[in-house]
Amino acid sequence: MRAKGRGRPVTDTPAGSAEYHWPHRHLLGLEDLSAQDIRFLLTTALGFDGVSTRSVKKVPALRGRVVVNLFFEDSTRTRASFNLAASRLSADVLEMAGKGSSVSKGETLIDTARNIEAMGVDVIVCRHHHSGAAAHLARSVDCSVINAGDGQHEHPTQGLLDILTIAKRTGRTESFDFTGLTVAIVGDITHSRVARSNVYGLLKLGAHVILVGPPTLLPAAFADMGCELSNSLDEVLPRVDVVNMLRIQFERLTSQAFPSVREYSTRFGLNAQRLSRAKPDLLVMHPGPMNRGVEIDSAVADGPNSAILQQVANGLSVRMAALFLVSGVMGDGG
Amino acid sequence: MRVLADGDRFESLIESLCVGISRAIAGGGQGRGAGGQNPSINGAGDGWALVGVRSRGDVLAQRIADRLSAERFEGRIGTLDITLYRDDLSEIGPQPVVRTTEIDFPIDGLNVVLIDDVLMTGRSVRAALQSLMDLGRPRRVWLGVLVDRGGRELPVAPDFVGLDLTDGADAELAPGAKVQVMLTPTDEKDAVVVFDEGEGKGAARD
Repeated sequence: MRAKGRGRPVTDTPAGSAEYHWPHRHLLGLEDLSAQDIRFLLTTALGFDGVSTRSVKKVPALRGRVVVNLFFEDSTRTRASFNLAASRLSADVLEMAGKGSSVSKGETLIDTARNIEAMGVDVIVCRHHHSGAAAHLARSVDCSVINAGDGQHEHPTQGLLDILTIAKRTGRTESFDFTGLTVAIVGDITHSRVARSNVYGLLKLGAHVILVGPPTLLPAAFADMGCELSNSLDEVLPRVDVVNMLRIQFERLTSQAFPSVREYSTRFGLNAQRLSRAKPDLLVMHPGPMNRGVEIDSAVADGPNSAILQQVANGLSVRMAALFLVSGVMGDGG
Repeated sequence: MRVLADGDRFESLIESLCVGISRAIAGGGQGRGAGGQNPSINGAGDGWALVGVRSRGDVLAQRIADRLSAERFEGRIGTLDITLYRDDLSEIGPQPVVRTTEIDFPIDGLNVVLIDDVLMTGRSVRAALQSLMDLGRPRRVWLGVLVDRGGRELPVAPDFVGLDLTDGADAELAPGAKVQVMLTPTDEKDAVVVFDEGEGKGAARD
């Protein structure tokens, strides 16, 4: 009688150092996290995986804490994911919408947040259409702030769940070392907070990142950070291990920068024909919601290379880990 | 740091723990505190399992399991991580590390022997029990510990004990002293050691 998975050594701190302590009271972006922070958070997320698959999908870790979802932009899955993650940790969840609330009556973001905080809130999960909104909020309130997407800046939990998905599918969950892995991010890089968070995280873990898109939507500044830039998906596809297809955000696009939908789809859409020229075990990801037939074809999205639904499942574990960790440093103000 | 047991003495502690558990499984005896009215674990051919509490109880459970299987007592073995069930998350010093619970069998109706290294306040056991109940409904749960150090804050009593420090026979323990179990391969050697108050950083875990 020997248990499965008993072979690996038992260590007290997966992050590698016996003295490691999660140092962040807020989660605003992957730019602020060290590689060790990212590895620790993702290892913690692995510990939460089991909670979602057993019969009682709840642990008492954040019992008595209050989490507020403060969303000034439309969101379905991120909002639901944070709500469910907080619920599974036994926290109480308050849903606040920017639209149709006091914000649309002229109240500022900070006034709204301070009023919410006065109700005795522990964590504010904030999505806002302005870059830097979450950081601004974090400076103005005493509770923890988790950025659920701020304008074109960052979407840290999406970046983390993408990285967790890659690590699981490529067997790198022991080390979270992405050395030797090539990841392409395809689409409107200029306007994408998902791309930014992915770039920061992937580079810190040692991956080679290629950003692919039309020249008008591909800022040259990313090359300085260490990314490779390309305007040709066909050239890049055969040499990548992972491709992350960004959603074309029609609501964010101005007319000049974007080619026609048909042109974009022809040059940058991932279809079965293109997939056949890629590595057979290419990992295909998409942050959702998908524009089927534009950036990704149904045959690819629903095919064996796709990790899209795994991404959603991993998002829950990542958000539980984020809520758990930022709550843990609340007491000492770190 | 004082060594309370190592080498042969340590082996005999594990042995006595195994004897108690295997007797109970076979129906030949009862664990301490179990009382005479309770049926043995293997009564009516029920399944049983060892569940070790991280981060030493799992190693200890594997050690016990290896011994029991040599005596042809076949059962399941699992690992419980109780970090998310602790009531002292804000009080413990080092970063709480969440790890996986690995119980890949249904525990409904099973006789479970919960295994931990040191029993002191009973809070870890309370957390482990709550965690177990969230995984299913075991038929009954026994508690086996390598060291009962005393100092209970909750009404928890072990069924199987290797080294009992509550009767004063082995050593007098100051209230602030920390008892620590070291187990290979996690640690360099097998030993039960005691750190007196304020001594040694390595004694911070419960």
